[in-house]
Amino acid sequence: MNISKDLQALINPLSKDNPVIVQVLGICSALAVTAKLEPALVMTISVTAVLAFANVIISLLRNTIPTSIRIIVQLVVVAALVVIVDQVLKAWNYEVSKALSVFIGLIITNCIIMGRLEAFAMTNRPWPAFLDGIGNGLGYGIILVIVAFFRELLGSGTLFGCQVIPQWWYDHGYQNNGMMILPPMALITVACIIWVHRSRNKDLQE
Amino acid sequence: MNRQSNTYTIIYASVLVLVVGVVLSVVYQALRPKQIENIDNDTKRQILAAARITPSEGHSIADLYAEHIKSSYIVDMAGKKTDSGVDPFKVNIGLESKKEASERLLPVFECTTDNGMKYIVPVYGAGLWGPIWGYVAFDDNGDTIYGAYFAHQGETPGLGAEIEKPAFSSQFDGKNIFSPDGAFESVAVVKKGQEPEGRPYVHAISGGTITSQGVQKMLSSSLEPYTNFFKSLNADNKDK
Repeated sequence: MNISKDLQALINPLSKDNPVIVQVLGICSALAVTAKLEPALVMTISVTAVLAFANVIISLLRNTIPTSIRIIVQLVVVAALVVIVDQVLKAWNYEVSKALSVFIGLIITNCIIMGRLEAFAMTNRPWPAFLDGIGNGLGYGIILVIVAFFRELLGSGTLFGCQVIPQWWYDHGYQNNGMMILPPMALITVACIIWVHRSRNKDLQE
Repeated sequence: MNRQSNTYTIIYASVLVLVVGVVLSVVYQALRPKQIENIDNDTKRQILAAARITPSEGHSIADLYAEHIKSSYIVDMAGKKTDSGVDPFKVNIGLESKKEASERLLPVFECTTDNGMKYIVPVYGAGLWGPIWGYVAFDDNGDTIYGAYFAHQGETPGLGAEIEKPAFSSQFDGKNIFSPDGAFESVAVVKKGQEPEGRPYVHAISGGTITSQGVQKMLSSSLEPYTNFFKSLNADNKDK
């Protein structure tokens, strides 16, 4: 029973309880970093790392945190982790840290993180909290990568920066859709994913 | 102890902030040298990119830079080398570009390439959302652009951000920034169909009008102070 509950914390956020398409959280960053696949992937890893560690730390502290300042304590922990991720990226993966620029800092404001800390880590032991963090980070990441895949393919004709649309398509009048690069198309892509997801999961339909 | 009391709350907050502060400063101190090295290498990569030198796989940029950039110095408006003791590599171009042209420190990087000596100068200006900057390499006659590299902080991806692509910057190759009678005229960045008569121009990015205009302004304001330096290069080298 206990094991399956832990496992649920890990697996549920991937589809049935996905933070982006079911809870509709973290939409702002989903549109900001998904013009290309690589930043989307790094963002996924960064958010997953921050979320998993923040969940564990808050879960360890959960019995000591004074109720009146619990949101502030959560914020301090998240902010510290985000600064560390930012510094590590600057030192070890400068190119990507340049591409993500301010969005790393904005992980602090990602609603998924505060949401999971408040809803899960404050009431659960560290191990399930860790799994919940990984699960939600990946659930967020799946959507990011799917959106980035379509936006990069249709908007720039590339995947991970490599040209995949052959030159003769362009010679015959094919054009990259500049609209895909712009933020609104991220929301429309997310909406399409939600549409497909809901139509396959009848119990999620309101 | 009562976990809801004010004393507990204040002590808890203070201890937490102290611990977090210590952790962050340790991380910062530990990673700082590596970060500075990255930033320097990135600048070196940009300088070399202007002279059309791109590092091959597994080749360190620092080595490549040391191999090609043999000398760098700072000149003044009159085109004379100054002896300010400032490392040209460390000059903050953003700050310099805000000063009066006569007070600016004007760095020059001499780059040996397979096509002879090139003179690379930095440029800095404003795009639509934030700063844009770059490096422009000149032939040793001091008036023809050999190559250009542009970068930006946050221009719109797919539109203004295209200035960093070779498709845009390679248009500058071979442009002469002086008119036949020797006056500085820079390079215009214009829409297709609006090409100016008798003046060097490149095509702007469609949808990136403000950024393109920013590039045009940046080039004229950043290159003009070098006029005398370029002319002295021309005088030194035209007989060769």
